[in-house]
Amino acid sequence: MSQMWGIVPLPVVGHSSNRLTLLARPDWDFIAMKRYSVFAIAREAARYHTGWERAWAARAPKKKYDVIIVGAGGHGLATAYYLGRNHGIRNVAVLEKGWLGGGNTGRNTTIIRSNYLQDPSAAIYEKSRSLYETLSQDLNYNVMFSPRGVMMLAQTHHEVRGYQRTAHANALQGVATEYISPQRVKELCPIIDIDGPRYPVLGALWQPRGGTARHDAVAWGYARACSDMGMDIIQQCEVTAVRQSGSKVTGVSTTKGEIDCDKLGIVVAGHSGVLADMAGFRLPIESVALQALVSEPIKPCMDVVVMANTVHGYMSQSDKGEMVIGGGADGYNNYTQRGSFHHIEETVRALIETFPMISRLKMLRQWGGIVDMTGDRSPILSKTPLEGCFINCGWGTGGFKAIPGSGWGMAELMAKGASPLTDAFTLDRFREGRFIDESVAAGVAH
Amino acid sequence: MLILTCPYCGVAADETELTPGGEAHLTRETVGADDAAFEGYLFKRENPKGVHFERWRHAYGCGKWFHAARCTVTLEVFGTYPAQTTEPPKDIRDKITAKRPGWSWRDFG
Ligand SMILES: Cc1cc2nc3c(=O)[nH]c(=O)nc-3n(C[C@H](O)[C@H](O)[C@H](O)COP(=O)(O)OP(=O)(O)OC[C@H]3O[C@@H](n4cnc5c(N)ncnc54)[C@H](O)[C@@H]3O)c2cc1C
Ligand SMILES: [Zn+2]
Repeated sequence: MSQMWGIVPLPVVGHSSNRLTLLARPDWDFIAMKRYSVFAIAREAARYHTGWERAWAARAPKKKYDVIIVGAGGHGLATAYYLGRNHGIRNVAVLEKGWLGGGNTGRNTTIIRSNYLQDPSAAIYEKSRSLYETLSQDLNYNVMFSPRGVMMLAQTHHEVRGYQRTAHANALQGVATEYISPQRVKELCPIIDIDGPRYPVLGALWQPRGGTARHDAVAWGYARACSDMGMDIIQQCEVTAVRQSGSKVTGVSTTKGEIDCDKLGIVVAGHSGVLADMAGFRLPIESVALQALVSEPIKPCMDVVVMANTVHGYMSQSDKGEMVIGGGADGYNNYTQRGSFHHIEETVRALIETFPMISRLKMLRQWGGIVDMTGDRSPILSKTPLEGCFINCGWGTGGFKAIPGSGWGMAELMAKGASPLTDAFTLDRFREGRFIDESVAAGVAH
Repeated sequence: MLILTCPYCGVAADETELTPGGEAHLTRETVGADDAAFEGYLFKRENPKGVHFERWRHAYGCGKWFHAARCTVTLEVFGTYPAQTTEPPKDIRDKITAKRPGWSWRDFG
């Protein structure tokens, strides 16, 4: 993976004597972290890379925090980061049952776009996309944002009309997208077969500033910046109960003991139902497995992201040369992080029709993540029936792109009780019939 | 790969032969229900990490709807049973108790 890092290197912590010292002192006090820069690389090169610090501190939990965030995926970490950066709330812990970014954040196909239909969606996804533009600089961590352009193929007349409508909506929302012809599709992506036998390409919705980013780096970058503000990121700390007094949250029980807090943010994606159950409320969410796979690395052959939603397949090429492929979600609740076999076949079959040249590619790996699906395919960023407890979930198959914007809005919601970015995404919108219906546009889109 | 035995025709059907139908034993709220009950029926869903009850349809077989009791973590199937019931039958619940002591799902367990 190291060849993927631009001028900001992967912090080489594994072998530094520095790290061993820190591991022996888990109560390591807050020391501002050294910045990554070209000078740091030169300095470290001159001393055989012995001076890189741990990227974030490993600390034992304190007795109490102002805010506890459950879940160190991108959304939880970004929420913590903007709580500190935008609202000055720094007595914060992020609790993670496994390892940082080991949930969907480290399992997704990293497509970033903001070409949604409804205004509240466009607002939060475009805020997010625009934050991605400068995220590496803001975090001093190379998240490898690559605005290479995303195209969503229209392969049925229904999709043609749908994407033309979205292009008009995006024009009104100030999101730069364009409906393009099959010829333009072919120019942008020469390996596509636009006259495919079953589903010829009839056009596409093109977002030139959409693209991809390095998923782990997004989690690591936010974690490092949180740690730098003195926040505690505590891994292998599973929340097992939500404690409350009256109807107000008072803290959590964890595998590392009881920890108190004034406010609690639940940001656990596929496990939202489990945490909501602990907190005593129900959600309009079901969890299912969604899969992805990557091929062996090949020479550069495609420098845009292509999504083919009718046939359930989407593909981009990583900087390492692997074709990164995603497909459809399981139709029934499960927590297997694996997914059903026939989805892979469907996806691969569809992609081979659209990209005949990949027919003899070997696949290297396949994996699954547990995605939290709502009925209107829009997320929930909301207060909950338990006072002081907030939830950020329901990003389903498409929340990687939303990490910075969601963290921004969620932090404001938790700090001030409301945020223009999250106001429409409340839990009670289902009861009140205020759906943010992206199900047509985002049914299988990522 | 998930295989469920259709309680009507007895076929051990692969999931590709079946259509998932979501949470089982919902009470269909109607005129006169309050907002909370109606919201619960339409939107709120059980999403357990463990024992779950669902509706399935033997779509590419005999076409009938039936119920399945399943673990969402291991995909172990505890049993399938006909659609003509508003709650999981006792023999299925006993089987689950033998394998997952202390389980609960809504008001059952
Ligand atoms: C295969 C696949 C492809 C995808 N492709 C895309 C894409 O191309 N573009 C896109 O925008 N989105 C995509 N997504 C969706 C995206 O990955 C998610 O929406 C997003 O990563 C969710 O981030 P999160 O921080 O909410 O959740 P996660 O990253 O899942 O983090 C939640 C964390 O909570 C932790 N947790 C759970 N329970 C507990 C507990 N009891 N105590 C403590 N911690 C707990 C988990 O271990 C986990 O680390 C894809 C998802 C998958 C699975
Ligand atoms: Zn049958």
